[in-house]
Amino acid sequence: MSEPALGQPVAAAAVVDRAPRRKSWLRRFVEHRSGLVGLVGVVIVLVAALFAPLLAPHDPAHQYFDGLTIEGDPLPPSSTYLFGTDTLGRDLLSRVLFGARVSLLVGVLANGAAVLIGLIVGVSAGYFRGWVEVVLMRLTDVMTAFPALILAIALAAILRPSLWIVALVIALVNWVWIARAVYAQVLSTARREFVEAAGALGARTPRILGRYILPQLVSTLMVFGTLGISSTVLLEASLSFLGVGVQPPTPSWGGIINESQSYFLNAPWLVIFPGAAILIASLSFNLLGEALRDSLDLAERR
Amino acid sequence: MIPYLARRAVQAVGVLFGVSVITFLLAFLLPADPARMIAGRSATVATVENIRTQLGLDRPIHQQYVSYLGRLFQGDLGRSYAQRTDVNRIVKSRLAPTLQLALAGIFFELLIGVPAGIIAAIRRGTAVDQTVMTLAFVGVSAPQFVVGLLLIYFLAYLVPIFPLGGYGTWKHLVLPAIAVGLAGGGWYARVTRSAMVEVLRQDYVRTARAKGLLPNRVVFKHVLKNAVLPVVALIGLDIGVFMGGIVVVETVFGWPGIGQMIWQAIRLVDIPVIMGGVLVTALFVVVGNLVADLIYPVLDPRIRYT
Repeated sequence: MSEPALGQPVAAAAVVDRAPRRKSWLRRFVEHRSGLVGLVGVVIVLVAALFAPLLAPHDPAHQYFDGLTIEGDPLPPSSTYLFGTDTLGRDLLSRVLFGARVSLLVGVLANGAAVLIGLIVGVSAGYFRGWVEVVLMRLTDVMTAFPALILAIALAAILRPSLWIVALVIALVNWVWIARAVYAQVLSTARREFVEAAGALGARTPRILGRYILPQLVSTLMVFGTLGISSTVLLEASLSFLGVGVQPPTPSWGGIINESQSYFLNAPWLVIFPGAAILIASLSFNLLGEALRDSLDLAERR
Repeated sequence: MIPYLARRAVQAVGVLFGVSVITFLLAFLLPADPARMIAGRSATVATVENIRTQLGLDRPIHQQYVSYLGRLFQGDLGRSYAQRTDVNRIVKSRLAPTLQLALAGIFFELLIGVPAGIIAAIRRGTAVDQTVMTLAFVGVSAPQFVVGLLLIYFLAYLVPIFPLGGYGTWKHLVLPAIAVGLAGGGWYARVTRSAMVEVLRQDYVRTARAKGLLPNRVVFKHVLKNAVLPVVALIGLDIGVFMGGIVVVETVFGWPGIGQMIWQAIRLVDIPVIMGGVLVTALFVVVGNLVADLIYPVLDPRIRYT
């Protein structure tokens, strides 16, 4: 599939001609090996997050007396502490498992909010046109001029970081590309004959939106709903690493790495394990989202 | 072409205006009292009020914005609260390191990404293709600070080839640039691959092969020239983004770039520096976008803008 020209709105799924091929997207997805790998990864991360209290061998907040060496350094992985301990003698495996809850929660929430905002903005701009379109699209242009991380840091500093604030901040920073894609798709969908016909037959706006426009967007939203989590998880990790994300003692993958920075050269497992967790989560959602995009995008020709 | 250029320029200016508004609002909302910060801790209430009036901080918000805008047009970004210098000077001192890291980062992105993309395109559909693309995904999904920290661990600590961080010689530049390159290389690989796949399908490539040209020659002479377009556009975008500073990599390696400047300013609530930094960042992004958009017709004369 050729990449769309940069600087123009990205349409995740081109104008589709659904009728004959629709039923095979699931089959195409299953044939996509990387998508299955992604799915497995997502399931693993979800299980870790949901069942953390059951899976964790220790209490993530408990600072063990024997969790540090005599000099007060973290312990490397052993049979008692499978991932080793952190700078306060807490079991790293348990912290990583509980960190999955936080990081995943923030990632999913933030992406959900971003998709919602992007959907509203994109549909409003693409369907209602006029000054609404101009204002909203200029706004998205302005928002894209700010590097996401800088804006997120600034916002988080204003708003006193906490789990929910972080999710909100990430959503505020990430909605833009979703809005662009939705806008592009709504633009083309709203022009199509069946929508015009519905309007001519007397259907009012809410009905047109709900019955005709939104269903066309479903596959796009599915793709963004998964792909987006990949970047929101990364953003959360970066924010927590910089100290403006989820605050300690709540464990989050980026936060664990942040706390461990001064010891890291002597205790690399404190970076390797949470880092691997971030990678697995982000990669899995990425693969899943891309596989969804490929199998849903019927205009693609390999 | 010219009308398009003019329109894009006007649009860019509009975006910059919007950026200044949002930046101003952000600074306005920051929970700090500039007057008190300048006055210092032991100042009396009267002194703080005096300073507040002097700085015009008690005027209504739109008036403050207008005078802010006026100062911007004169190139005055204000004075830092934390350091007693003009923001201009601070930003200027950060430009060189930021540019170095940006260029070096792009170099590694190209070095890692483009050959990978070419190989994947030539061997598309095979295991090589899948492996390369999966690696590209891994690169894109990996958190940059983890990559950076691991690079430090393996190449600066275990095997001390490179320094642990900081700024100075070319050796200090290598690891941060590789960190950037590994993460961004994935994008370049994918873009290169799809561009090449697109070109490889073209008829003139079939003609070249049918003429009997060696496959290598086909690739390098015909395909690459035309597939390079999206890569160049990506470079334009990247320069824009990188010149805004890559906070995370700069923090990990202690690289004195613009990103780190903004980050420290946020921690110190040094509002003028924050605003100046964010403005400069957005400026670079907008210019980068503009250049990327304008490069298309230069490289591909078939593209015509009304």
